[in-house]
This record gives sequence, structure tokens and C-alpha cells, in this order.
Amino acid sequence: MSGIPHDHYEPKTRGEKWLDRRLPIVGLMYDVLMLPTPKNLNWMWIWGIVLVFCLVMQILTGVLLAMHYTPHVDFAFASVEHIMRNVNGGWAIRYIHMNGASLFFIAVYLHIFRGLYYGSYKAPREVTWIIGMLIYVLMIGTAFMGYVLPWGQMSFWGATVITGLFGAIPFIGEGIQTWLLGGPAVDNATLNRFLSLHFLLPFLILGLVIVHVWAFHTTGNNNPTGVEVRRTSKKEADADTLPFWPYFVIKDLFALVLILVVFFAVVGFMPNFLGHPDNYIEANPLATPAHIVPEWYFLPFYAILRAFDGEVWVVIAANFLTGGIVDAKFFGVIAMFGAIVVMALAPWLDTSSVRSGRYRPMFKWWFWVFIVNFFVLMWVGARPAEGIYPYIALIGSTYWFAYFLVILPLLGVIEKPLAQPRTIEEDFNDHYGTDHGKPGSGSATAPTPAE
Amino acid sequence: MLRKLALSTVATLALVTGGAQAAGEGGHVENFAFSFDGPFGRYDQDQLQRGLQVFTQVCSACHGLSHVPLRSLANEGGIGWTEDEVRAYIDENFIEVYDPDLQDYRAATPNDNFPENTGVGAPDLSLMAKARLGFHGPQGTALNSLVNGVGGPEYIASLLTGYTGEEVDQFGSIFYVNETMEGGLIRMSPPLYEDAVEYADGTPATEDLMAQDVAAFLMWAAEPNMMARKQMGLLAVIILGVFSVLLYLTNKRLWAPVKARAKGITPAE
Repeated sequence: MSGIPHDHYEPKTRGEKWLDRRLPIVGLMYDVLMLPTPKNLNWMWIWGIVLVFCLVMQILTGVLLAMHYTPHVDFAFASVEHIMRNVNGGWAIRYIHMNGASLFFIAVYLHIFRGLYYGSYKAPREVTWIIGMLIYVLMIGTAFMGYVLPWGQMSFWGATVITGLFGAIPFIGEGIQTWLLGGPAVDNATLNRFLSLHFLLPFLILGLVIVHVWAFHTTGNNNPTGVEVRRTSKKEADADTLPFWPYFVIKDLFALVLILVVFFAVVGFMPNFLGHPDNYIEANPLATPAHIVPEWYFLPFYAILRAFDGEVWVVIAANFLTGGIVDAKFFGVIAMFGAIVVMALAPWLDTSSVRSGRYRPMFKWWFWVFIVNFFVLMWVGARPAEGIYPYIALIGSTYWFAYFLVILPLLGVIEKPLAQPRTIEEDFNDHYGTDHGKPGSGSATAPTPAE
Repeated sequence: MLRKLALSTVATLALVTGGAQAAGEGGHVENFAFSFDGPFGRYDQDQLQRGLQVFTQVCSACHGLSHVPLRSLANEGGIGWTEDEVRAYIDENFIEVYDPDLQDYRAATPNDNFPENTGVGAPDLSLMAKARLGFHGPQGTALNSLVNGVGGPEYIASLLTGYTGEEVDQFGSIFYVNETMEGGLIRMSPPLYEDAVEYADGTPATEDLMAQDVAAFLMWAAEPNMMARKQMGLLAVIILGVFSVLLYLTNKRLWAPVKARAKGITPAE
């Protein structure tokens, strides 16, 4: 399966051989688990496992919740309270599911940023990246529809605002919006189809996750140096890698359990901190909340959506050039979806031949500004669109697009990269082989094992 | 790592600065000290029972509590009554619910929820303590609610004690000036006054105490399983914490020969 030379499964007993001739499933599992993994992976390579865990946790808790939930506008809100009060452990299942979505998005953003910093999207891993982006888009859809199900005020009005975006598409928008909602407004039909899709999409994500894993098992993992594993001989490959089991399984498990300590502290002690109090008020189509705010993980894109109002010259120009077809609302929608599209195109926009940001002195700075900008956009997305905030949002949105469309293409041309280690083995030995005291005093590296 | 820290610190500081000027937007919420605050805080059973009395004798005249099952008054970690006491409570207060099968009202049983009450358009209070943001900001960073909690019960107690005594006539409707209510005007007349109820346990019923008691009761009504939740949180943190230490040691041991080899030593494996 993988291009890196390594041992394969050899059926030994008669029973093993019998099964292997008919279904080589043990061999497949062996190859997946024993994948030669670069031994210099750092702690940013743990998020994949965290994400798989989140997906499984969300599916399990979600299936349990669906057993007690009623998708009807008159009963949905009450059925969630029924889960919270009358179902055994229902409050725990629901709070885990609710905060699990947040953990899922924290992990996915860190996973994406890891990829952006270490150039994991570059050849030959473009397909892994594109599939990852598809998973991310499906996650957005799933989380959005899931948030509608409790049928609180933010559920209803969030759904109204976001589906309204499709109405901004010229000519066909209104038709699409009605088709999506199953009627002229968010109502029972909407709630029913959102539950159906909220149940379906996670399994599509699961399928894509398998393809995602397959893709990077074919190319091999990236690593903090961006230098490829040597494949010329098994001896050299062995010097650069360690099998996934047990070295990385145990390392990832340790990180996962540490993250779960924080997660369960949040679930146990402040389960509603990340939510919005208005969602504990039953949906009321006649009363609009003062501020309609999406969940925190959508805020950066919500900020980009709102940034391009009718006073921005690009919007005015687009409006003029298209004869009024592209108005401010539609422009905002294009910008919001475009923000994800440009990120997905990163493999072809980044012109630098060096993968890892570690050896790119200029890129580093632009990258960290990108990260800070992400949080600024998240913050400004929750602020009312008045005063100075629209300007901050506009600057932040501009930087988002400039990072992918201008900075990444230009840096590859003007930047002079630093020297990279020749092999992963060299990098690993440099890190652990020097300045670590006398032989045997392994505790010198204690604070960051396995880095 | 250091630079990551420095950058995130700068980002945080940038968000926090200017927070001082945020005061004034929205209502004033006083940070009452409730017994259930913090990870180890617990409901005060006496306070919940007093709060229930205030709710029954004052609030329930206009407000419903339609998501709360009456039998949950007998749950552990809450009011903690016996089933007989719940039945007695229903009888004494003539609690009736609408039965769609009878198409009429009938006496409630412990398996019914508290009745809803939409007579004067007052909001249902089942989830009020989770439906209001007591602490927010500064400047949209949510640091305040990270430290002090979401602040629903604090909001309720502040609102009940936040009347200034002034009234405003707007197009024939009387509004009452309230320091907590967003916009400063509220339709509800001041519901509490000194000795509005006579507490069964003899505690002097001051306005402040009644406000806090009923706020605590409404927190219980909104989150009846809070004690179990905090217990689960603590247990999970301890178990997972121990597990993470074990995994840390396992991982360290597992990688030790690999790292030793990197130093040019061949350990006896």
C-alpha cells in the first residue's frame, strides 16, 4: 500500500492462510497499523487521531440522541429538554455531543494550520489536502444543521440567515433557497430534512476519512522537516521511520487523553460556556434576537461574509461591471465560500519548492500573521457590524485572500530558504543526539518526549 | 514554542485592551455568590426549598415552568423531597394541568410537568437561568464568563432587585425602570417586597434573599442534574488524569531506546 519499503504480513497458521486467500483483511490492517512513520513527527501530528476520535464520539452520542429526539417544530425543543431531564444520562450525552462539536473544530483548525505551516499540502499530497478540505466543508454543513435541531432562537434565526445566503445568488437564488428549506421559510420541513442530513453527512465524512488516510498512507506522512523518507532501501527507510504501532499510537493516545481531561472539565464544569444563551429560548419566528451570531467555529467566515458591504470599492466595482447582478450580499457569499476555495487551492498557489515553514524565514512571519488574523476575524465576527468593526473585518478578510493569492505565490520566488537537513534521520539525531548530557541520562529530554 | 506563546499573548492583550470602556452597554448584573458557583459548588437544599416557595407563591401567578417534571422535586442533588412531600405540595397548591385526553384541567400528578402559564404573556421560567447572559465581554472576548460563569442566576437575582422605583408610561403601557433589563424598561411590576412570603424555616424574607433564593431555584429548574454533572466532570478529570500520567510514562519508556540510539548509544534491548 505504501511506497515506503517495509515488512508485510505473512500468514503463518493454516487458518490465517485460509482467510488470507479469501479476504486479505488481516494484511490490510497490518499495513495500516505498521505504516512506516517519520520518527521526527512533533506534537502537531496528533490532531488526526483526535479528529477520528471526535468523529466516532459524535456519531455514537448522536445516534443515542436521535433515539429520543423529535424532529417537529412543536416538540423538538421540548424533546431536547426531555433528553436533559428524563433520559438516563441524557444530559451527559447531550453535553458531550454539544461540546464535542467544539472539540472537533478546535482539532480540525489546528490540523489545517499544521498542514499550512509544514507544507503538508504540497506535492505529492495534494489529493490528501483536497479530501481534507471536502471533509471540512461537510463538517461545516453537519455542524450547522445540527445546531438547528434543538430549535432554539439561535437555531431558527441562524438557519434563516444562512439559508438566506443562497437567496442572494442572482436569478436562481430564491428557487434554491425554497428548495433547500422545503418551503418559503424555515419550518417543519426544514427541521426534518436537516435532521436527515445531519444523520447522513457524518457517515460520508467517515468514508472520506478512510480515503484521506488511504491517500497519505500512499504518499507517506509529511514531517516537520518536509524532507521525504528515503525509499531507496529498506535499511534507509528504517533509519528514517518507526512503525505507527506502537510508537505513534501510544504517543497519540497520551495526547488524546490529555485533551480529554480538558474536554471533560469543560463538559462537567462549564458545558454552556461555548454556547449561546438564546438557544435556551424556544424558536419564535415573530421575535428576532438582537444579535444573530453563529457558533464560534463559523465566526471567521461570518466576518468575511459581512466584511464586503456596499461601501467597499471592490464590491462597487463588481456591481458596476456586472450591471448590478453581483450586489453586496452576493459578493459577501462569494467571499465566504471563496475563502475556503482559496485555502483548498493552496497546493497550486504556493510556489516555494521548500515544504516546511521551518526553513522559510519570510514565510514564517506571514504565516503567524495569518494565524493571528484568523483569531481577529473570529473576534470581529461576533461583534456588531458597526463602528470600527467592519473596517477590521475588511482588513482581516483582505489579508486572508492576500495570503493565499499573493503572498504564497510571491514568497516562493523572492524568498531564500534556509538549509534543510539531508534526511529525517539526521534531523532526529541532531535533535536528540547532542546537548543532552551523559549517556543514559534520558531524563534530560523529559519535558517533550517523542518530539 | 516561546514565540507561539508570545504571539498568542499579544493577540489576547490586543483583544482585552479597551475592555474598561465596555461598561454601560447592556444591563447591570451583580455577581452574587451562589453556593453552586465553581467546579465544586453545590446546591443549597434549604435555599432551593425557599426559592420554590417564592416561585410558588409569587412567580407562578404569571410564569409557567412547563419543562420541569413535578416528580423531579424528589430528585437527589436538588430539592430532595420525598414522594409524599411532592404529592402534598401538589395538593396544597391546587396545581392543575390541562389534559388533552379529557380536554379539561385536572389535578396534577407527580408524573406531570409544572403547568405552563401564558395568561399574561410572561415567559416560561424553566430554562431562564440558562437563557440569559449575565457576564459578557470585555469587548466580545468572553473572558468574563470564562471566569464568572455564564451568569444566568446572577442576572435573575439582579433583575429582581434592580428596580429603581420609577415608572414610565409609553403609549398607555406602564413600564418599570430596571437597571438589569436590557434597554432599562420592563413590563413586570416589582414582584418582591419585604416579607412577600413567610419562609417556613423562619428565615427573615428580605427582598435580596428572596431574589437570590428564587434565582437559585430557577438554576436548579434549568439544570436539575448539575450535581451529577460536576461529579462526572471531577471523576472523569481524575481518571483521565491518572491514565494520561501512565500513558506519558509508557510513551517515555517506549521511545527511550530510540532516543538513546540517536545519541549513538546502543542500549541492551
